[in-house]
Amino acid sequence: MTLHDALKSTPRLPLDEDGGPVFEAPWQARVFAMTVQAHESGMFEWTEWAEALGKELAKDGDGSVETPGYYDRWLNAFETILRSKGVAGAGQLRELRQAWDAAARATPHGEPIELKR
Amino acid sequence: MPHNHDHEHSELSDIELRVRALETLLTDKGYIDPPALDALIETYETKVGPKNGAKVVAKAWADPDYRTRLMEDATAAIAELGFVGRQGEHMVAVENTDKAHNMVVCTLCSCYPWTVLGLPPVWYKSAPYRSRAVRDPRGVLAEFGVSLPEDVEIKVWDSTAEVRYLVVPERPQGTDGWSEENLADLVTRDSMIGTGLALDPAQKESAA
Repeated sequence: MTLHDALKSTPRLPLDEDGGPVFEAPWQARVFAMTVQAHESGMFEWTEWAEALGKELAKDGDGSVETPGYYDRWLNAFETILRSKGVAGAGQLRELRQAWDAAARATPHGEPIELKR
Repeated sequence: MPHNHDHEHSELSDIELRVRALETLLTDKGYIDPPALDALIETYETKVGPKNGAKVVAKAWADPDYRTRLMEDATAAIAELGFVGRQGEHMVAVENTDKAHNMVVCTLCSCYPWTVLGLPPVWYKSAPYRSRAVRDPRGVLAEFGVSLPEDVEIKVWDSTAEVRYLVVPERPQGTDGWSEENLADLVTRDSMIGTGLALDPAQKESAA
């Protein structure tokens, strides 16, 4: 399956006129690209991903493209699939978030934020 | 020069923390490769947000009253066009002239006005860019293919969590009577950061 086919089979994905994804914020492009790479590295089939995302989208609202938060739900679904694949425990992610938060607070404004480990 | 905010620390929103946590974990486990991730994202760079800033600049070029309002209160003037930052950031417009060129640094955390400018370029996050832009702006500009006459002063603006900058590039020659829509096509993201100039009409022809 090519990326193009994968995009077409992704539920309600906002696309531009050339069939490429559009984003409203940089983090959305990042989580999108991570999902593509996780799939390419063999973690899950794209059909599995489409199903997981569909489930998450069905949870609230009408799920239309215009509804704010498409990528918020994408992020929820991505965390869920990582958990179900045993890749990410909830505790692990919580610790990493705290570590990033601490790193940001320790970083002077304008400097790159780096995780010291 | 607004460089006196070293006492401020950086901040990441909850959602940015979640995304960074995932990236760290997946990198550690070998599922993703950050350079390849950056390359993939770079292909979508122009797809983040509409080119709202280009419309603002084109209107300022075409409409002197709007330009005055933009220079006086950029936040309000940008909001006139319906573009409002998510966190109510305060925007300041800085205008290039034949005597002064403006460039903006510091786009490392949530202080980058992506609702106006779109996705920041990946290279922008690198530490050398920022420190070098402050120390040797002319050298950095040259690397971007921008060489300015010696008598043009280069002003470097450092965004903060409270103030974000929009560079209004100089209007290219040979665009008299152009519509705002056509003018907006000449305004690149880099020209609104100050690492580029607006396209000249001939360049646009060859790009089309």
